[in-house]
Amino acid sequence: MPQMFTPTPTLEATGPRTMTLNMGPQHPSTHGVLRLLLEIDGETIVRVMPDIGFLHTGIEKTCEAKFYQQTVPLTDRIDYLCPLTNNLCYVLAVERLLGLEIPPRAQWLRVMLNELTRINSHLVWLGTHAIDIGAMSVFLYCFREREDILRIFEMVSGQRMMTSYFRIGGLALEPPLGMFDAVKRFVTRFPSRVDEYENLLTENPIWLKRTKGVAYLASEDAVALGATGPTLRASGIDIDLRRDMPYTGYEKLKFKVPVSNDGDVFARYIVRVQELRESNEIVRQTLEGVPEGPIKADAPKIVLPDREKMKTQMEALIYHFKIVTEGFPVPAGEVYQAVESPRGEMGYYVVSDGSPKPYRVHVRAPSFANLQTLHTMCEGRLIADVVAAIGSIDIVLGEVDR
Amino acid sequence: MPLAPAITDLDQLKERPALARLLAWDPGAVEAAKFDRDEFTIVLKRPAIREACAILRDDRELQFNFLSDVTGVDWYPNEPRFEVVYHLLSIPRRERLRLKVRLAGDDPSLESITSVWPSANFFEREIYDLFGVRFSGHPNLRRIMMPEDWEGHPLRKDYPVEGYR
Repeated sequence: MPQMFTPTPTLEATGPRTMTLNMGPQHPSTHGVLRLLLEIDGETIVRVMPDIGFLHTGIEKTCEAKFYQQTVPLTDRIDYLCPLTNNLCYVLAVERLLGLEIPPRAQWLRVMLNELTRINSHLVWLGTHAIDIGAMSVFLYCFREREDILRIFEMVSGQRMMTSYFRIGGLALEPPLGMFDAVKRFVTRFPSRVDEYENLLTENPIWLKRTKGVAYLASEDAVALGATGPTLRASGIDIDLRRDMPYTGYEKLKFKVPVSNDGDVFARYIVRVQELRESNEIVRQTLEGVPEGPIKADAPKIVLPDREKMKTQMEALIYHFKIVTEGFPVPAGEVYQAVESPRGEMGYYVVSDGSPKPYRVHVRAPSFANLQTLHTMCEGRLIADVVAAIGSIDIVLGEVDR
Repeated sequence: MPLAPAITDLDQLKERPALARLLAWDPGAVEAAKFDRDEFTIVLKRPAIREACAILRDDRELQFNFLSDVTGVDWYPNEPRFEVVYHLLSIPRRERLRLKVRLAGDDPSLESITSVWPSANFFEREIYDLFGVRFSGHPNLRRIMMPEDWEGHPLRKDYPVEGYR
């Protein structure tokens, strides 16, 4: 007889004045299913204990039972706000295991789409964060621009969200006609749209009251607690993997890395909004710089042949059949590939034992690390500030639980 | 770009600062080292891990001040069965280092590094939950992904991918 009631983690009050409060898992401000156990003294936070795992789907275990190329669609589902960044990180890891060289056109397109994904993710963050704090209309503005980006994703991959567009060895398809025009239209329009968001928020007195000095995180705490990405940069640590440990051609692009020393919710907001502008600038540079050429590496045993070749050439048909049915062996070894996702350092640790299936795929999720800073941010603050703090670390629960 | 063969000879690698520092501290603590695909790995003996992390973090030259990731690998049915893998990052020097500890299948336990980096807390809980590796000195070693009453550790290789328990 299976047990009907699962014991859940509880939090005992530590003093006579305090009580415990359950927040979530179904709470509109927790961005998914995050359960927080709060110990409070009046309305002041004494302790915050996150309880996670509600979205655990065992993606890392599933990866071990699939071929290398079959794992790409699974990586989309880890962080549903930046699927292309997950694709990129995984395929880069496998390409390093294989020692595969990627043609420049594919690299430039990867950077372009990756930065559009960053804009997309930051727009969803800005809209939902503002709703959490009470600014309703920003959400509608943000989703207007997000729609344009999703249309571009649909053009290149046929999917709005679960794109799986980056493949091991290059890209899935040549981008369609009109895609570059759509990106160009977006890029020219977008800076004025960021001005609109800033008009609504940056000098808004209510917004300032809710964010200035709230959920402070000192730089030494941020490093010790493993905060990454905009959360770390808003606490004054100047690191961005795109600039400092470049991958897939970021070294050819010029961009600034916004940093703030304030360490509060407002600093994280400002850092991300400036990142929106910088990402837009990167997309503009890639539009000008993208070269002509192949989009797939010259490795017939790893990259699926073009449809046309597969239908007309015996050799290509054999390779196609073998890749689909048997996969391709990857030389034994291990690789930790990290990229700068919208939320911070995303890392894929892929171990190969020489077979066509990954022996182990581990995802270092930035939200998972950022979540640990929540207690330090909220201690001694009010319950309403917890909501602002969760929004400011830009949490995605799909990524936390995997 | 053909792959360069991995360097596993300790004598060739001992000039590297991180390994030199650890060898100067305790030559018996280092089990093996590897340089492969531009990544440097040091395999440590089990009792050395916490102090080695503290040394690498506090050393003025090395400055590995950020813990990127901790995870596990199960090599069932081989022995030693488990590997716990640490990825360190030096933010000032923009350099990475991988540490490893190998654990036998009948006693998968080692010292927690939460006293060196508080960020190891969730990562070690995840390894405990999914691999069943115990960390002594961890402040709150409980399941994190699976329900509290779950039986078994899903990422072990002898745990089925499909089916109903």
